[in-house]
Amino acid sequence: MTILKKIVNFARLKSPYLLHFDCTGCNGCTIETLACITPRYDVERFGIVEKGNPRHSDLLVINGSVNKKMEPRLKRIYEGMAHPKAVVAVGACAISRGVFFDAYNNGKPIDKIVPVDVYVPGCPPKPEAIIDGIVKALGLWKERLEEYK
Amino acid sequence: MSTRIPVGPQHPALIEPEHLDVKVDGETITDVDVHLGYIHRGIEGLMQKKNYQQNVYIAERICGICSGVHTSTYSEGVESLLGLEVPKRAKYIRTIILELERLHSHYLWLGLVAYEIGLDTAFQISWRDREIVLDLLEKITGNRINYAMNTIGGVRRGITKEMQKETLQGIDALWEKTKYYKEVFLKDSIVRARTKNVGVLKKRDAERYSVAGPIVRASSVDFDVRTTNYAAYADVKWKPIVRHGCDINSRLDVRIEEVFEALNIIRQCIENMPEGPLKTIVPPVVPKGETIMRTEAPRGELFYYIRSNGTAMPERVKIRPPTYANLLALKPMLIGSELADLPVIVASIDPCFSCAERVGVIKEGTNKKEIFDGRRLRMMKDAP
Repeated sequence: MTILKKIVNFARLKSPYLLHFDCTGCNGCTIETLACITPRYDVERFGIVEKGNPRHSDLLVINGSVNKKMEPRLKRIYEGMAHPKAVVAVGACAISRGVFFDAYNNGKPIDKIVPVDVYVPGCPPKPEAIIDGIVKALGLWKERLEEYK
Repeated sequence: MSTRIPVGPQHPALIEPEHLDVKVDGETITDVDVHLGYIHRGIEGLMQKKNYQQNVYIAERICGICSGVHTSTYSEGVESLLGLEVPKRAKYIRTIILELERLHSHYLWLGLVAYEIGLDTAFQISWRDREIVLDLLEKITGNRINYAMNTIGGVRRGITKEMQKETLQGIDALWEKTKYYKEVFLKDSIVRARTKNVGVLKKRDAERYSVAGPIVRASSVDFDVRTTNYAAYADVKWKPIVRHGCDINSRLDVRIEEVFEALNIIRQCIENMPEGPLKTIVPPVVPKGETIMRTEAPRGELFYYIRSNGTAMPERVKIRPPTYANLLALKPMLIGSELADLPVIVASIDPCFSCAERVGVIKEGTNKKEIFDGRRLRMMKDAP
């Protein structure tokens, strides 16, 4: 690894961009994830900034399970993100479809569609738990960044 | 010449996934088409498969922001089927939860509108103060979101004297902060420039599209379901807020004034809280019959229809949430306005798509839209 690459990696590690994508969820996890960027919890302490563009993002935070209409969109967003990337599944619906497990249009849990690195359980999880999950995903992402040539 | 611009399902200006197909001529919007179905889960179908008690938890998870009003509407519907009289104390506690929820929803909305206008500081400040409401909810119910407070026949937890004292302190703090918001959102020249005469919905259009909630009250229609006196609204003094501007500025005005009203209602409920039991005894079998229940959710009128056939599970539950009514009004609001105003106009109806997604027809492999008219739906109903 060259010195330049090391500097670039150091800078990337201090400023990961986060993409928040709400799938077939109930909004509960969505507002708790949004609460993480507000002054009480403030993930900007870790240099994390929420971005709207998948091509600029390093971390993908997903709420809710995925129905048939949403599935190709989620795949496309995941594939649009630059390598290396990490995925956090927030909430019971994202992990195992939650209370809606036998609803007729509630397709698949997230990990059947895209690879998931960190699971944050809860209905909805508290912002502290979500921040913990994001920080754990950052650790994994750091390893991938160092392996990535 | 017109250009088509797709907005969504993943878009920086949208929190929830929906797809807006916008046609523009230069910078002016000429037509808009809303595509839904990304959050359709099949809740009404699921409710027919579960018993009445389980359905309370499903109703709670229809929407994470207005979870309290969904459970209280559902419970009151089932209670009216059973012919139960809920204890007065439970009614007061329900009212406190409903109004705390209205507070947190309105603070959330104020923040989102500020964010869409470009006032990031106001977004951060309003979400900071929203945490006071969430702390109160957490102390009273044990949860920040999805409170699990209502149940059929009453409420599950009481409010102790210490909690009542803390709630009153929180309300006093919020009263001062909301006065400041009133200065910022209604007097600041930048906010006025972005919201005055933007997203205009005339009174005639509002009535024609059957719009509900703060949007219709900002278009000079006096319509508030709380006047039907469910929960404990008959015992407290309050008045519906009506404004005549028909634009986003009057919607801001309505919601800020509603925050003051909600604070007043909570204070009155806590000061006059009666003693007594939290829950009545619920008979095991729901008799045959049907009922409707209407309540005022933070976003507008919420409507439940429940039909029972005497078994453990309801035969049909129909839910008409406020966004379902308000969504259609996007068309007259958007046509003729600038493309740059689209995010703030969409945010101004406070859309909650996870509530509104009632039916979705998805055919694999084809990209064709299907429209079901009344005749076709009747045919489907008659078919085996």
